[in-house]
Amino acid sequence: MVLFFQQLVNGIMLGAAYSLVALGLTLIYGILHIPNFAHGHKYMWAAFTSLFLVVNFHTNYWVSLLIAMVVLGIVGAGVERLVYRPLRNVPHINSFIAAIGLLLALESLSLIFWGADFRRFPTLYDKPIHLLGVAITLQRLLVIAGAALFIILLQVFIKRTWLGATIEAVAQDPEGAQLVGISIDRVSSLTFGIGTALAAAAATLIAPVFLVYPTMGSMPNLKAFVVIIIGGMGSIPGAVIGGFMLGLIEALGGGYISTDYKDLFAFGALVTFLTLRPMGLFGKGVR
Amino acid sequence: MNRISGKWIVLAITVIAVIIPLVVTNKYYMNILIMSGIWSIVALSLNLILGYTGQVNLAHGAFFGIGAYASALLMLKLKLGFWLALPFAAAIAGFFGFLIGLPALRTRGSYFAIGTLCFNIIVTLIVDRWEGLTEGASPLPWGGEITFKTMAAQYYLVLCFLLLTIFVLRRIMQSLVGRTFRAIRGNEELAEAVGIHAMRTKILSFTVSCFFAGVGGVLYASYIGFLSPEITDYHVSFDALIYVMIGGVGTIVGPIIGTLLIVTIPETLHIAAEFRLLLYGLILIVMIIYLPRGIVGWIKELKGKRRQEVIWEKS
Repeated sequence: MVLFFQQLVNGIMLGAAYSLVALGLTLIYGILHIPNFAHGHKYMWAAFTSLFLVVNFHTNYWVSLLIAMVVLGIVGAGVERLVYRPLRNVPHINSFIAAIGLLLALESLSLIFWGADFRRFPTLYDKPIHLLGVAITLQRLLVIAGAALFIILLQVFIKRTWLGATIEAVAQDPEGAQLVGISIDRVSSLTFGIGTALAAAAATLIAPVFLVYPTMGSMPNLKAFVVIIIGGMGSIPGAVIGGFMLGLIEALGGGYISTDYKDLFAFGALVTFLTLRPMGLFGKGVR
Repeated sequence: MNRISGKWIVLAITVIAVIIPLVVTNKYYMNILIMSGIWSIVALSLNLILGYTGQVNLAHGAFFGIGAYASALLMLKLKLGFWLALPFAAAIAGFFGFLIGLPALRTRGSYFAIGTLCFNIIVTLIVDRWEGLTEGASPLPWGGEITFKTMAAQYYLVLCFLLLTIFVLRRIMQSLVGRTFRAIRGNEELAEAVGIHAMRTKILSFTVSCFFAGVGGVLYASYIGFLSPEITDYHVSFDALIYVMIGGVGTIVGPIIGTLLIVTIPETLHIAAEFRLLLYGLILIVMIIYLPRGIVGWIKELKGKRRQEVIWEKS
C-alpha cells in the first residue's frame, strides 16, 4: 500500500508538471494550429534562466520563477513573430519543420552557453514530509500546488477577462473574431507568450526535483505531445486530464511493472490511443 | 531536347561518381563521400513518403536503426551471409513500417508526425534497454566478416545501392502507383473520390520508404562496423528531414544535393558540433520561410519549368 501511495503522489506530481507544459502547447495549437515542437526547449531555457538567477544573483526562488515566466513569455512572443507568423498561411507542416529547426538551434545555444553538464537546482524545500508512511519533499507538493494554481489562473483568465475571451474567440472562429475587430496577430503573440510562460513555470517548479541540463526539455516536450493527443489537440480540459493520466500511468507502471521501461508506457499509451481513438478524448476530429 | 541533355548530365555525373575513387585516395574525403552516399539513400527513401506522398514521417531513424540492427543480428545470431542479411534486414525494416503504418497512417498531418516520432522513441528505448538482444548501450559488433575491406570497395558498394535506390524510386514515381502517391499528397479526399484506396496506397509508400531506410541502415552498419542505440535516435530522423528539406522536397535530385551539402560543408569547414547544430537549425528555419521547396525546387522555380505543385495539403 505504501508503494501505491508513494507512486500515486509521484504520479500526481509528474501529472501536474505535464499538464502545465501541455496546457501551453494545447493553447498554442488551439490558436495557431501548429504543433510547437520547440516548446520543451523553451522549458529547458526557463529552467536555466531561473537557475542562473538563483545561483548568481541569489534571487528568491519565487521571484526567479516570475522573472523566468516573463522572460520566456517575451521570447515566446518573439519566436511567434519571427518564425511562425511568416508561415501562417502555408501548410502547417512547414511550421512543424521550422519548429524542429528552432529546437536544434535552442538546444545548441544552451550547449554553447551552459555546457552539457547536469546541474543541481538549489532548493529550500527539500525536507521530506511524512504522511501515511509516504515520504514526500515539500518541493514535490509545491509542484502540485503551483501547477493547480496556474491551471486555475489560466481558466479564470480565459473565461473571465476580455483579453482571455479574445483567445477563445480566435480559437473558435478566426474569421469571425477578425470581423468583430480582434487582431489575430496580437492574439497569436499573446497566446504564444502565455503558453511559453506556463512552460517556464512548470520548468522552474520541477527543476529542483530533477536536474537541469540542455536536453532536459525533449522528454517533457514529447510527453506533452502525448498528453495533448490523448486529450485532444486544442482542448484545455483534455490537456489537464491527459496530463494527470499520463503521470499516473508512468508512476504506477514504473513502480509496479518496470522502471527501465517507464518512458515506454507513455508512448505505448499514445500508440494505443492513436489506434483506438485518433482524435483524443476531447478532440473534435482527426484534422 | 531537354530530356536528352538531362540524360547526358545524369550519365556524366554517374561516370564522375564511378571515377572518383581512382582519383581521390584521401581516406578522409572518401569517408565523407561514403557517408553522403548512405545518407542520400536514407534521405531519398524519406522523400518517398514525405515529399511524394505528403506524410511527415519522423520515425525514419528508427527504421534505419532497425535495418542496421537486424542485419547485425542476422549475421551474428543466425550466421547469415551479408548478401542474405541485407535483403532480409531491409525487409524487416519494411515490415515494421507496415505494422506501424497500420495505426499511424490512419491519422494525418501533425498527428501522424507526432505518432511516428513517438514510435521512434519507443524503438530507441527498446534497443537501449533490451540488453539480451542488442547489447544495450554498449556497442554491438557487426556480425560476419567484412567483404568490403578497402574504402574504394565500400564506396562502390554504397554507390551501387544509391543508384539502385534512385532507379527504383524513379520507376515508382513514373508509374501509376507514383501518381496515386502524388494524388494523395495533393488531396486525400479527392484521391479517394476518384477511386484510390488512400490507406492502402499510403501503407505501400510507407513500407517501401522504410525498406530503403533499412537498406541505408545495413550499409551504415557494414561500413561503421559496430552499432549503438544512438543510430536509431530521432535525431537521425531529423537529419534525414533536414537533408530532404534543404535539397528539395518532392524531387529525386533534391535529397541527394541536400545530403551532399549538409554532410560535406560542415565537415570540410571543421565547424564544432554544437555550432553545426545551431547552423542547421537556423538554416532550416530560414529555408522553410523563404525557400520551402529547397534548393532544387527554387532552381526549378527560377527556370519556370514547373508549375506550382501542391506539396502538402493545407489542413
